[in-house]
Amino acid sequence: MTTFTRGFRGRRRGEDDRLPPGQYLTEDFPVLSAGPTPHVPLDRWEFTIDTEAGQTHRWTWPELTALPYEEPAVDIHCVTSWSKLGTTWRGVSLDVLFEDVESTADYALVHSYGGYTTNLPLDDLLDGKAWIAYRYEGEDLTPSHGGPARLLVPHLYFWKSAKWVRGIRLLTEDWPGFWETAGYHNYGDPWREQRYADD
Amino acid sequence: MTRWHVARLVKVRDENATARTLVFDVPGWPGHLAGQHVDVKLTAGDGYSARRSYSLAGPEGVELTVQRVPDGEVSPYLTLDMEPGDELELRGPVGGWFVWRPDGPAPVLLVAGGAGIVPLMAMIRARRAAGADTPFRLVYAVRSPERLCYADELLRPDPGVSVTLAYTRRVPEGHPRPPGRLTAADLGPYGEADCYVCGPTGFVEASAALLVGLGHDPARIRTERFGPTGD
Repeated sequence: MTTFTRGFRGRRRGEDDRLPPGQYLTEDFPVLSAGPTPHVPLDRWEFTIDTEAGQTHRWTWPELTALPYEEPAVDIHCVTSWSKLGTTWRGVSLDVLFEDVESTADYALVHSYGGYTTNLPLDDLLDGKAWIAYRYEGEDLTPSHGGPARLLVPHLYFWKSAKWVRGIRLLTEDWPGFWETAGYHNYGDPWREQRYADD
Repeated sequence: MTRWHVARLVKVRDENATARTLVFDVPGWPGHLAGQHVDVKLTAGDGYSARRSYSLAGPEGVELTVQRVPDGEVSPYLTLDMEPGDELELRGPVGGWFVWRPDGPAPVLLVAGGAGIVPLMAMIRARRAAGADTPFRLVYAVRSPERLCYADELLRPDPGVSVTLAYTRRVPEGHPRPPGRLTAADLGPYGEADCYVCGPTGFVEASAALLVGLGHDPARIRTERFGPTGD
């Protein structure tokens, strides 16, 4: 049963079939993070993929940015209900980074400079669905938006797109990350409105 | 938490010319921790609905303080039009990170920018309600005296809680600190503490960086930000 709120009319901005349920459009790019912004010098930056067998694949900043890149234009959806359509990025597809990685793991735990973690099935990182992004709207990614590089997984709520990304651990068992152990949904599909743990 | 509750407005209190506290009766509310927030859903007569998140302002009952955003979609309704007896839907509590528990032994440093005071006020009230003696310090940056929330309550002595008001644009007569944005001098020295910073993005970025610069452990600085659309 719906409860109507007397006298409320609303703006109806953002009625759009690109908008998942419960989301509204914003032109801004709000920032949400749990702690201070880490500042990572590029000469010390690295990105790693650790397999379940204990193998580590490693890229420095010059190595990452020398890889073939893509420029995805994607809609992003934050669990706090804002969505932003048609954002443009530059980044390296995870398919490129996983090319030489041997693994049968089903799960990935993404970790960041500053200690943040988030988990997702490895399948959600592959087949053109995810990037390590380092430019946004034609500019270098700023630290407050996750620079120098962040994960970009736009088909899930944006907390999965870890800022200040440092690496991915492949796991044979699911390992819930930071928000996933703080009451948020383990998977986070905006189209099924999986915001909170029991949604 | 998934369940939407029907919330009936029972009382309103203007905090200042642009912020209002709304007290709701929510049958079956499970209770919450200081610092948590709720999602509210407002549905118009034709079925259109809008949803926003607001921080809970107190440790008991469902009490929200909403800052009116000029040109906003939801906050003008909540702060100007909604009347006692009106209903909306609400769910929560939400958020398990930006919380303070009364059994936390460590000293606490609260840093509020504008409407970011709301969840931090909930922590001060939770401390008082629990009779805790944890040392608290609040540094509250606000544009001008007209923008203060909870002024009477914050200016009343509360043993163990020190309050510093930092006006950024205009100070009331006789205020010792000249107007200006928050500096390291406003925040320190304070020793090791659990830090909670809440406010607009730029404020949180700057304040968290000041805290790190003063030697606070980044792992003990919890932040909550209102995006620029923060309606």
